[in-house]
Amino acid sequence: MTTKELKQRSVNYRKKILKYIKIANAGHTGGSLSCIDILNVLYNKVLNVSPENFSSAHRDRYIQSKGHCVEALFVVLADKGFFPEEDLNTLCKYRSHYIGHPTKKVKGVEQNTGALGHGLPIATGTALAAKMDKKDFKVYTLMGDGEMPEGSNWEAALSAAHYKLDNLCAIVDKNGLQITASTADVMGTDPLDKKWEAFGWAVKEVNGNDVDELLAAFNSLPFEKGKPSVIIAHTTKGKGVSYMENQLKWHHGVPNNDEYELAQKELDLSLTEITD
Amino acid sequence: MSKKILMAEQINTNSYKANLEIFSETLQRLAAGDKDIIAVTSDSRGSGKLVPFGQKFPEQMVEVGIAEQNLVGVAAGLASCGKKVFAVSPACFLTARALEQIKNDVAYSDNPVNVIGISAGVSYGALGSTHHSLHDYAALRAINNLMVLAPADNWETEKAIELAAASDKPVYLRFGKKPMPPLKENNDDVFAFGKGRVICEGGDVAIIATGEAVYPALEAARKLKEENINATVISMHTIKPLDTALLASIAGKCKAIVTAEEHSVYGGLGEACASYLIQNGHHNKFKIIGIPDEYTVTGSQTEIMDHYGISGTGIADTVIELLKQ
Repeated sequence: MTTKELKQRSVNYRKKILKYIKIANAGHTGGSLSCIDILNVLYNKVLNVSPENFSSAHRDRYIQSKGHCVEALFVVLADKGFFPEEDLNTLCKYRSHYIGHPTKKVKGVEQNTGALGHGLPIATGTALAAKMDKKDFKVYTLMGDGEMPEGSNWEAALSAAHYKLDNLCAIVDKNGLQITASTADVMGTDPLDKKWEAFGWAVKEVNGNDVDELLAAFNSLPFEKGKPSVIIAHTTKGKGVSYMENQLKWHHGVPNNDEYELAQKELDLSLTEITD
Repeated sequence: MSKKILMAEQINTNSYKANLEIFSETLQRLAAGDKDIIAVTSDSRGSGKLVPFGQKFPEQMVEVGIAEQNLVGVAAGLASCGKKVFAVSPACFLTARALEQIKNDVAYSDNPVNVIGISAGVSYGALGSTHHSLHDYAALRAINNLMVLAPADNWETEKAIELAAASDKPVYLRFGKKPMPPLKENNDDVFAFGKGRVICEGGDVAIIATGEAVYPALEAARKLKEENINATVISMHTIKPLDTALLASIAGKCKAIVTAEEHSVYGGLGEACASYLIQNGHHNKFKIIGIPDEYTVTGSQTEIMDHYGISGTGIADTVIELLKQ
């Protein structure tokens, strides 16, 4: 897959995220748009995960700690063939498996998440199991910057460094906004890189909406032998839709019909502007 | 009565082991033959009697430091990769601080962790309420896809650990640290999750107890016998799923039912039994013995249990009063 194709996928994923949020009349719009490039690169370039190998003990593991951005995950999993995309028409509907957070009832989902601060401890245990069994799979977990204050993250960060889990990669989707206000105003966590470093992690900072930068970072894992790696991915909440970008109301806002049409037009236009 | 009840006078409790020790011994035996048996501890290997386990099987022990949330999250991750994980920490911390991890990472995500609450109930006695777990049955009963057990004696403990290691479903087990005599001299029972164990049978009253409250229930039965009151004693080691068939059976045979547990009277074994009985047309005289909703009296485990009548004398007195009503 060329870089151009990868970039096209990001735009198409964004279109589908909005489509299914619109159909469901619910969803975490801004965060799904901020993290979709990360999921795109992971599932199309990095993870050794497919519908065919999903029961293999050797597959890579992706655990989405920021579970509320499930629309991004479901759109990518559908694209990778884990389930028919039409299933997403039932998103958040009565008795649907496609609920507002990741659930293992959907093929391709590793763990049930949604409560914040849970992904990293589970990912740590999973990476530890790989080390114990001398298996070479890698474990990835996507976290939000809004969930950084959860203490369980830092308990896990300590233990992952203690056990030298260089098969573990955390990605922080640092879009700078959470439901109430900016993360800086709600609870400051900067300098985030220094905190992870102090906890024994190897850190890289990238533009998390740039697939090239993301790919380069993933390709250089582990950043340091014997240390877990964290990618602090600087992203824009609502990325790709001009009126949603950096706007708090789109944390879980659903576009009305006019807004929806405008968003799809903008994304269609951006598709034509993609270069290699 | 087919089995002879062991008399308190015959027993020197110093010659018996705590269920916690049996847990450790059983886990070591299993670990020797199965490298996937893993103990995860939060600076709790000493209180969990797991120091020898750590010495014999260092590759099968994971220490996370004093961090209970991470303990359970890491255990869930290990279990998701096929490890047979025992997440071991004092019940008071494990089932309160890490309740959300038990709910989500273990039960909801269906990672078959064996959540092991050690020094449970008021085992820590005079250390006070921070160290007591009087809420764990109530909290964990309300979580779907989690079995809740409190084995009463060494035999039940060994069997429960063996079953837990082989189970592909999440289990919570709690143990105390007091030496526990066997409930039966000659024991040919079959242990199964969700199946209560009949220790002795009598038609006047059924005393249904769990964990370290079962032996006092047996002592109560002996005292009641002297008053010509015949008691059935049940070790309801599995609080969830509750053995409702056994409950229905004894409700049909016994005039009164008394429950006893080292737990709050709210939400534990007693209320679980009451809920079933009332909703299924059984209207026996009924009384729950446990720790009342108050600041727990200070003292040793035995003193606290005696204070609240979770003792041979206390349970017997409650039965006599109930039968008079």
